[in-house]
Amino acid sequence: MKRTTLLSLQIAVGILLLIVWHLLTTVKFGAKPILDPFFFSRPLDVLARVWKDFYAGTIWRHLGITLLETVLAFITGAIGGIVFGFVFARGEIVAAVFDPYIKAANALPRVVLAPIFMLWFGLGIWSKVALGFTLVFFIVFFNVYQGVREVSPTILANARMLGMNERQLLRHVYWPAALTWMFSSLHTSVGFALVGAVVGEYLGSSAGLGYKIHEAESVFDVTGVFAGMVILAVFVIIIDTIVTAIENRLLIWRPQAQSTTAQG
Amino acid sequence: MGESAQAASAAVALRGVSIAFLLPKGGTYPAVAATDLVVAPGEFVAIVGPTGCGKSTLLNVAAGLIQPSTGTTSIFGRPLAGLNAEAGFLFQQDALMPWKTALDNVAVALEPRGVPRKEALERARQWLDRVGLSVFVDRYPHMLSGGQKKRVALAQILIRDPRILLMDEPFGPLDAQTRQIMGNLLLDLWAQDKKAVLFVTHDLEEAIALADRVVVMSAGPAATIVGDTAIDLGRPRDIAEIRTEPRFHAIHKQIWATLRGEVQKAYAQGEGRRA
Ligand SMILES: Nc1ncnc2c1ncn2[C@@H]1O[C@H](COP(=O)(O)OP(=O)(O)OP(=O)(O)O)[C@@H](O)[C@H]1O
Ligand SMILES: [Mg+2]
Repeated sequence: MKRTTLLSLQIAVGILLLIVWHLLTTVKFGAKPILDPFFFSRPLDVLARVWKDFYAGTIWRHLGITLLETVLAFITGAIGGIVFGFVFARGEIVAAVFDPYIKAANALPRVVLAPIFMLWFGLGIWSKVALGFTLVFFIVFFNVYQGVREVSPTILANARMLGMNERQLLRHVYWPAALTWMFSSLHTSVGFALVGAVVGEYLGSSAGLGYKIHEAESVFDVTGVFAGMVILAVFVIIIDTIVTAIENRLLIWRPQAQSTTAQG
Repeated sequence: MGESAQAASAAVALRGVSIAFLLPKGGTYPAVAATDLVVAPGEFVAIVGPTGCGKSTLLNVAAGLIQPSTGTTSIFGRPLAGLNAEAGFLFQQDALMPWKTALDNVAVALEPRGVPRKEALERARQWLDRVGLSVFVDRYPHMLSGGQKKRVALAQILIRDPRILLMDEPFGPLDAQTRQIMGNLLLDLWAQDKKAVLFVTHDLEEAIALADRVVVMSAGPAATIVGDTAIDLGRPRDIAEIRTEPRFHAIHKQIWATLRGEVQKAYAQGEGRRA
């Protein structure tokens, strides 16, 4: 399928859904529409609210805070995951000793930690960063661990025969192998960093997108909730696009779906 | 030349080398029984034998990648401890770093020598040119054909100018024409500075066409060397043309008489996957 055809179909589906939503909440059967706008809002109301949020400029602060939390959670989680992933993959004994604890910590639903983090780090951004960290850390950790452990023995033997010492092996073999695995989970881990931020805000804070949604919810402002979700969705799409661009740049060496010059 | 004098001057000398693998369920598998193998400096030796007999194992011992259970390995008269720093090893499987371009894969081989990166890249370019890949320097391994990857691997090893080349069925997965091209390329490069070569192959014709000496290994377990034939064909050779010479056929017939028995033995043991 051509790119333009695909894009127009994608847009058509979105518009169709919006029209259905609009009709269900505006066209009256008897006294009331089929769906009560109090519970379901209306697309045009939501759009107007989004517009108002941006026009008044109040939303930027919230967006900025959520973005900051996401980025910090991702960076700290990724660094922690990479360091521990390397140490565990290269140190058999450490890995064996800590194995049950890692598994237990990973199996724990992270949301239960949110209140504790709030006690420890307060209602500001750091409790959200901490929550995002616990989510990102394990994804990156397991991927880096796997990546280092599963380096092809032939590539390793070849590098050794070329005379590489441990530092050179780390730089030319282990590190790129680990990065591959890390980047293969980049979308997931960035997504989880955002989940950590928004859930943290939702459970207790005074700023951020999660807070906005929670605030609207607590006064039964369904339009406000939907507006928050729309902004969040657009935000996620933009971040994901950036991640894809970074990924394509860093993993150009990876075999892609065959790219030929044939028109398809 | 006496035994010891010969060993002292040899590029590779395996003496009484045997290898037994520990099996995960306990017990051992005696892959190679006490074996002597000597490669003189500048000599091209090919090893043939039925599949699973221990050719790769023996080559890995010469590379220092495997410790023999008994026996000694010496390289230019010095006992081998750890990896064989004098040797370049061409693996049967793909061993290039997939995250590096052809150029970087070759250039990185000079990093352990402390060659500055700029000079390393320059020399890597020259080597890729020499193996006929000057247009492909910026390609990643997955964008290269099997034969092209082997050439990059060859450049990666030769750029370090090792005194010994260890090659484990390097042209195994290639088609017949590409094997001939690669074989001629190898002979050309070898003729320039005559490194000692230990070349494992399952293709007897290839072994005869390339080597000064063809060594036949017996079927495992406890494989050992059962044949050692000097190849008195002139050089320089062309891999394709030399196969039509009567002398080639005579040698082939002679070695095949030994090899055939071993291959059949291997098959009888249910070991044979290919001849
Ligand atoms: N790590 C190992 N543990 C146990 N047995 C092994 C191990 N490595 C190799 N062997 C056995 O040792 C024997 C020799 O193996 P080797 O790889 O040297 O064979 P080969 O002659 O190179 O065969 P091919 O021509 O198929 O490459 C085989 O029977 C193999 O099963
Ligand atoms: Mg083998």
